[in-house]
Amino acid sequence: MSTSTVPAPAHHDPAAEFLDRRSPLERARGVLHRYPALSPAIVLVLSVVVFGFLNDRFWAPGNLSLITQQVAVVGTLAVAQTLVILTAGIDLSVGSLMVLASMVMAQAASTMGLPPYLALGLGLLVGLVAGGLNGALVTRFKLPPFIATLGTLNIFLAITLLYSRGATVRGADMPALMTWTGTTFPVGGVRVSTGVLLMLGAYLLVALTLSRTAWGKHVYAVGDDKDAARLSGISVNRVLLSVYLSAGAILALAAWIQIGRANAASPNVGVDMNLDSITAVVIGGTSLFGGRGTVWGTLLGALIVGVFRNGLSLAGLDVLYQTLAVGVLVIVAVSLDQWIRKVRK
Amino acid sequence: MTTTDATTATDSNDVSRATPVLQARGLVKTFGRVVGLDGVDLELFPGEVLAIIGDNGAGKSTLIKCLTGAEIPDEGEILVDGKPVHFKRPQDARAAGIETVYQTLAVAPSLDIASNLFLGREVRRKGFLGSVLRITDRAGMRERARRELRELGISTLQDVTVPVENLSGGQRQAVAVARAAAFGSKVVVLDEPTAALGVRESGQVLELVRTLRDKGVPVIIISHNMPHVFEIADRIHVQRLGRCAATITPKSHSMTDAVAIMTGAAEA
Repeated sequence: MSTSTVPAPAHHDPAAEFLDRRSPLERARGVLHRYPALSPAIVLVLSVVVFGFLNDRFWAPGNLSLITQQVAVVGTLAVAQTLVILTAGIDLSVGSLMVLASMVMAQAASTMGLPPYLALGLGLLVGLVAGGLNGALVTRFKLPPFIATLGTLNIFLAITLLYSRGATVRGADMPALMTWTGTTFPVGGVRVSTGVLLMLGAYLLVALTLSRTAWGKHVYAVGDDKDAARLSGISVNRVLLSVYLSAGAILALAAWIQIGRANAASPNVGVDMNLDSITAVVIGGTSLFGGRGTVWGTLLGALIVGVFRNGLSLAGLDVLYQTLAVGVLVIVAVSLDQWIRKVRK
Repeated sequence: MTTTDATTATDSNDVSRATPVLQARGLVKTFGRVVGLDGVDLELFPGEVLAIIGDNGAGKSTLIKCLTGAEIPDEGEILVDGKPVHFKRPQDARAAGIETVYQTLAVAPSLDIASNLFLGREVRRKGFLGSVLRITDRAGMRERARRELRELGISTLQDVTVPVENLSGGQRQAVAVARAAAFGSKVVVLDEPTAALGVRESGQVLELVRTLRDKGVPVIIISHNMPHVFEIADRIHVQRLGRCAATITPKSHSMTDAVAIMTGAAEA
């Protein structure tokens, strides 16, 4: 019996048959399915063009600089959020954890008088411990990530307020390194902040780790199908724990960027950024069901939200309309994702 | 250990044959008051296809789970190449060379074919890039994946960078079987490999099983499909009420006989 010549004419091959019958719309869906970052890229380009037409000031160097700086903090939170969502989880505590880390850093560097390097290190430690707590709740206590991080959201917030007694630490009271992330330098007329560069560094690092290491493949596999991953010899709990730990470390970085951006550490600013980070991830084409998406999509998603908010306010619309627009964007993005996922038949 | 003991084989043909690649003796597994396995013996010899058949609840799945590390038997022993082994996890069985293709296939749909073949045993780049930065050798793994698929005669999977979710059921099965068969595995266990497939795709999977056997890899196949079993198997282990009711061959018994033994209507 000949073994290799089994698939005879094309109309007998299900795959080829499938290809032949596809309409242009289905073909587009197939392309979007293969490249999850494509649809947010198209939306970003369109929105930049439209807002540019609506108002000349949109393209002003000062405005572009403002957009990037506004995106820096949420964008960094969204890197951490992407990792968690890729494993089919969700992290509601990113905002409050970042605030906690920023308060610890700021107080260590100001009232406690620790050297700034040590203060940053302490913030990183807080991020790792808190991320580890989230990870332990999900892996050891088998809590759904939504519930685990809903709990830690409130816990981190309460600890922050107790620890800081509700007081803001001003940038002027801290060593220069603490607010270094807010310093800017010109790149072709546009002033870019160090914080934006650090954010891009986080994206690059996570993107390379996801695409080029076994760990990255395992993150996708765990999000895709936990049981399949386990049967393939992947230690699912170890992967999940490492994801929450990495998220904690990235959130400590976000805390530093936030201090520079605000030129202060405040216990009241940023807790609600958890929803903005989820918004960025979802608009960026990462599936809430896990296993599908890229951090580059998330970066595009964060930029889309930034461009929408900025463009609408330049167009003279009330801030409430910005929120409305972002809400519509989320729903459209998830609907699009659902439609794209139907390729799986 | 008394590995040299005369094997208490149920099949007299086997006395002259080599040491079993995989052997189970007196396996017992209970779930509360339910007896899943009640002292099962099983032998798998080099280069053969052994089918396991049995009615629902006869203990086929439990037997396979014990052999592949997914369950730990309460009593009895499992030997690989005549040496006793104690599997606590599926990874242990895998490390001993026993690869399983589960009915659910255990593939990651969004990852491509090459990534799935190497899932859980990725190959890193040589030198600093691999050892310190832990970067995987993507090109090397893709090349090796292509080679493995070619050697197994799976010609329908040309592009190993295609996500598995874009494949048909038969192609996914082929990926799962290829993953189990590649990398020098000692035994391949297939759980209902043709259950979800059409006629033509089933044929391809059976062809794949033959290719494996011809490469010298013994195969255990669990199936409900009698024609498939009788087409592919060298020997058939009939499981009934938690025990091995008989070990027959397609030459010595007919399908009707097999069903009769399976249901208890006849003795072996």
